[in-house]
Amino acid sequence: MKDYLNVSGRIFDIQRYSIHDGVGIRTIVFLKGCALRCKWCCNPESQEYEIQTMTVNGKPKVMGRDVTVREVMETVARDMPYYGRSGGGLTLSGGESLLQPEFATALLHGAKDMGITTAMESMGYAKFEVIKGVLAYLDTYLMDIKHMNAAKHKEFTGRENTLMVENAMKIAQSRMCELIIRVPVIPGFNDTEEEIMQIASYADSLPGVEQIHLLPYHNYGEGKYEGLGRPYLLKDTPLPSQEKMNHLKDMVEKKTALMCQIGG
Amino acid sequence: MNTYDATPIEKTERIARLVAHLYAKMPEIEAARAELITESYKATEGQPIMMRRALAFAHILENIPIIIRPEELVVGSSTIAPRGCQTYPEFSYEWLEAEFDTVEHRSADPFYISDDTKKRLKAADSYWKGKTTSELATSYMAPETLRAMEHNFFTPGNYFYNGVGHITVQYDKVLRIGFEGIKQEAEAELADCHFGDENYAAKNTFLRAVLISCDAVIGYAERYSRLAKEMADKERDAARRQELLTISENCGRVPRNGADGFWEACQSFWFVQQLLQLESSGHSISPGRFDQYMYPYYEKDIKSGRLTRERAQELLDCIWVKLNDLNKCRDAVSAEGFAGYSLFQNLIVGGQTTEGKDATNDLSFMCISAARHVFLPQPSLSIRVWNRSPKALLLYAAELTRTGIGLPAYYNDEVIIPALINRGLTLEDARDYNIIGCVEPQKSGKTEGWHDAAFFNMCRPLEMVFSNGYDAGKEASIHTGNVESFKTFDEFYDAYKKQMEYNISLLVNADNAIDMAHRILCPLPFESCMVDDCMKRGLSLQEGGAVYNFTGPQGFGIANVADSLYTVKKLVFEEKKVTLGELKKALEMNFGQGFDAITAKEIALQVAGALKAQGKEVTGDVIAATVQSVLTMELPAAEKARYEEILAMIDALPKFGNDIDEVDSLARDAAYTYTRPLETYRNPRGGIFQAGLYPVSANVPLGAQTGATPDGRLAHMPVADGVSPSSGKDVNGPTAACNSVARLDHGIASNGTLFNMKMHPTAMAGEKGLESFVSLVCGYFDQKGMHMQFNVVDRQTLLDAQKHPEKYSGLVVRVAGYSALFTTLSKSLQDDIIRRTEQAADR
Repeated sequence: MKDYLNVSGRIFDIQRYSIHDGVGIRTIVFLKGCALRCKWCCNPESQEYEIQTMTVNGKPKVMGRDVTVREVMETVARDMPYYGRSGGGLTLSGGESLLQPEFATALLHGAKDMGITTAMESMGYAKFEVIKGVLAYLDTYLMDIKHMNAAKHKEFTGRENTLMVENAMKIAQSRMCELIIRVPVIPGFNDTEEEIMQIASYADSLPGVEQIHLLPYHNYGEGKYEGLGRPYLLKDTPLPSQEKMNHLKDMVEKKTALMCQIGG
Repeated sequence: MNTYDATPIEKTERIARLVAHLYAKMPEIEAARAELITESYKATEGQPIMMRRALAFAHILENIPIIIRPEELVVGSSTIAPRGCQTYPEFSYEWLEAEFDTVEHRSADPFYISDDTKKRLKAADSYWKGKTTSELATSYMAPETLRAMEHNFFTPGNYFYNGVGHITVQYDKVLRIGFEGIKQEAEAELADCHFGDENYAAKNTFLRAVLISCDAVIGYAERYSRLAKEMADKERDAARRQELLTISENCGRVPRNGADGFWEACQSFWFVQQLLQLESSGHSISPGRFDQYMYPYYEKDIKSGRLTRERAQELLDCIWVKLNDLNKCRDAVSAEGFAGYSLFQNLIVGGQTTEGKDATNDLSFMCISAARHVFLPQPSLSIRVWNRSPKALLLYAAELTRTGIGLPAYYNDEVIIPALINRGLTLEDARDYNIIGCVEPQKSGKTEGWHDAAFFNMCRPLEMVFSNGYDAGKEASIHTGNVESFKTFDEFYDAYKKQMEYNISLLVNADNAIDMAHRILCPLPFESCMVDDCMKRGLSLQEGGAVYNFTGPQGFGIANVADSLYTVKKLVFEEKKVTLGELKKALEMNFGQGFDAITAKEIALQVAGALKAQGKEVTGDVIAATVQSVLTMELPAAEKARYEEILAMIDALPKFGNDIDEVDSLARDAAYTYTRPLETYRNPRGGIFQAGLYPVSANVPLGAQTGATPDGRLAHMPVADGVSPSSGKDVNGPTAACNSVARLDHGIASNGTLFNMKMHPTAMAGEKGLESFVSLVCGYFDQKGMHMQFNVVDRQTLLDAQKHPEKYSGLVVRVAGYSALFTTLSKSLQDDIIRRTEQAADR
């Protein structure tokens, strides 16, 4: 009996032919609900667990629906030929998938049963016992570390970073999956050489971690805030220049043993 | 282990200058060929047509002006002006005379024509009244066929007004034994003709015509040999003088003899490629598996040290430039359908050998580099993909795709080979296929495929179901019953199938009439001597001399028909939200979205027809007044609201292209309404009909002749192109679109299917973008898709190019089975390309 196929959870989107979040061609399932409130968040409709209405192109659109793992897998299975050719598979994103741990685990389990690779974008905001359950079915953990300073982290995301930073070490030490550290580079928050280096050094100290991704800030999400009737707090924030990103990458690669890549 | 060298080679400065020279001026129409063929025909009246064709060809090659352009390494030009064109009055000429004053200013493919040329052409053309293939073909057609053409069910325009082309000849044979060798074969066959043979007259005449044609080609090359020598004698630059001397030697030796080295092979190939297009005006004369038949000459010269890879690349690049030097002027309507000055010279790399091994070699990579160096629409570069294609080759091709040139097109061996075997090819021949023109597979040197025999608009029979066979008030097709009387979806669908079957039979009637006209008036001995088994049988290609004979007309609009059938099935019969009567009215009223002048005129004619039927007299004034009232007509608010409600319900239905099984299955079935009846017919050359599913760019002009359709497409908007989803209707991303399209039966459409996909540049960025792109192609092919091609350009760039064409003169886009310079396309076709969904990865 594959009972886990009947587990249900709440998502707000499924995105096929995603090529920037894990190996190969992937299908991303976006789980709804997040513990953080990052000011730069480009998917603000992901934050509330409640189902919301967002105005898109002048029309109201319901964001969020409850689905079973079976239903999600029907869509995920449609791109099997492309996963096979590219080594791709399922990526969970959010929101924070770990807020729906049973659902997230069941989704990854479903993917593994289909013989495709799994990845999860997450900041690790959960007890490690919860994370451990997920790791059993996870190939690649794309973990966000946004800042090493707890106070500043709280100011920009609404929570301190202690739990997540500790979890990063535990996940790494578990050796149950590949761990990649991702850093959204946000001007005015963490884009100085010093701040980036603090994260990179910590990432370098995590056993088994070989890659760090610097994700340049973008403002594609700005319209969504308007659609949700919320102010966009980072209005007029300049985008990091290509030169700046290259400079940070060079610095990280020079001072750590990590392979650094710009973008996902 | 693969043994190819894939190291890229830099482009030389010569190539940039050759391209600049070619595109310095608007292309020009020249009169020499029309005058020469007319002179010859006048002198040979009463002789067998085969002989007259050969003598005319010889007369043209002896006398047509020749030129060697600055810095060329491979020579042979059909016109003095770069990218100029000759005319072919034996097929048709009236359209050109009618367009003398507009051809220079039309939006699609303009040509300059001087007053002197107009005068000379007029004089020559006067001989051809009543003697052209188009006139003879018309006389063979049934009245119902002419009526169907008048009502735009299909257009066989291609071969109706032009030569056939659409062939790949035995380039390998010419390279190996030269025309002296071919002449020896003809002599041997002649010696075997006995006085008492029942086919003595035909065979003997044909073989003598072959000998005359071969000698004419040898003589033409010798003219170039002499010209190069003369130019060398006057040349001050020592390096160029040496080049000209080598060119002179090359042209003296080939194509008379087998080629000795790579440069000679290039020159020999070129004369064949050029002169086929001087014998007849057919386009899609396709070089085919160039990387295969050129390789022995490359390999030998590289091994002996006589040739460097750099020089080999430059010679290839020179050929790529030359392929853009050939040109063809089409009538204004066809020019819209084939927009972009395209000659569809399809050249394909990769794939497998006749023994089923991977065929990739150095030249496969160098051909892709040549496309990148020259960056012009010709040749239509294609690549064969199979389960053992080296990934390096696919990535190399993907890099070219990423430039936005729209090349190469990708073809799937795993579908095409079985599809061809199903049509009677041997396994070895099927494995050796190449692509003709846009997407049509054939075995080179053995096939007369008539691959582009017509365009059939699958939406028009659907309109006839609603109108019970009437079009603009006139009887245009069979009567399948009052649409409002249909009680079930099956009844409706059956009526559609009947309308399809009837009009397909008329399409066959048209094609076979044209086939006969070519056989009787325009047999082509030169082309025929390079295709088996013409010489053995003593028959030209036009008389059925080829081993494999086909006729391949294309259906298009599958997405519209599928989505329309789904509308009827769901809204009318399952959910009962709309009646067929209401839907009919909504279509007539264009969903309340107003009318343009064309529809207004159609409605006026319909009204006039009804009045006439009542015995009333209808004057031009009455029609004009009706047109005016339709244009300014205001529908009652409630009626308009209902139509808009219907349109909204239709728009909300799932559409083909989104990986939805129910809709996709209907599309698969809808395609069978075209492909299955068609394959039951035969042509006069002893071959069968086989369907293609692609439109070239005819989906735009033919869409303009189609009213609103139940898929929510408004009147006169373009019809969906090829097997692609309707523009903008595929919203679930590239993999979903691929899955839907792969659900069609591509194997039965053995004349080719065409799947256009537009990728945003960001979707192909970086190594990851390329790798994913290759996986996407392979994933589609794993599911038995046949062909795929890509436009990689963002919407903003195209919009800007419309506004500022001057800034984008080099912007190449994929149109249909070929690429063209965006700014040379008509506004409506540009709009269509912009509308095609841009498949961006991620948000």
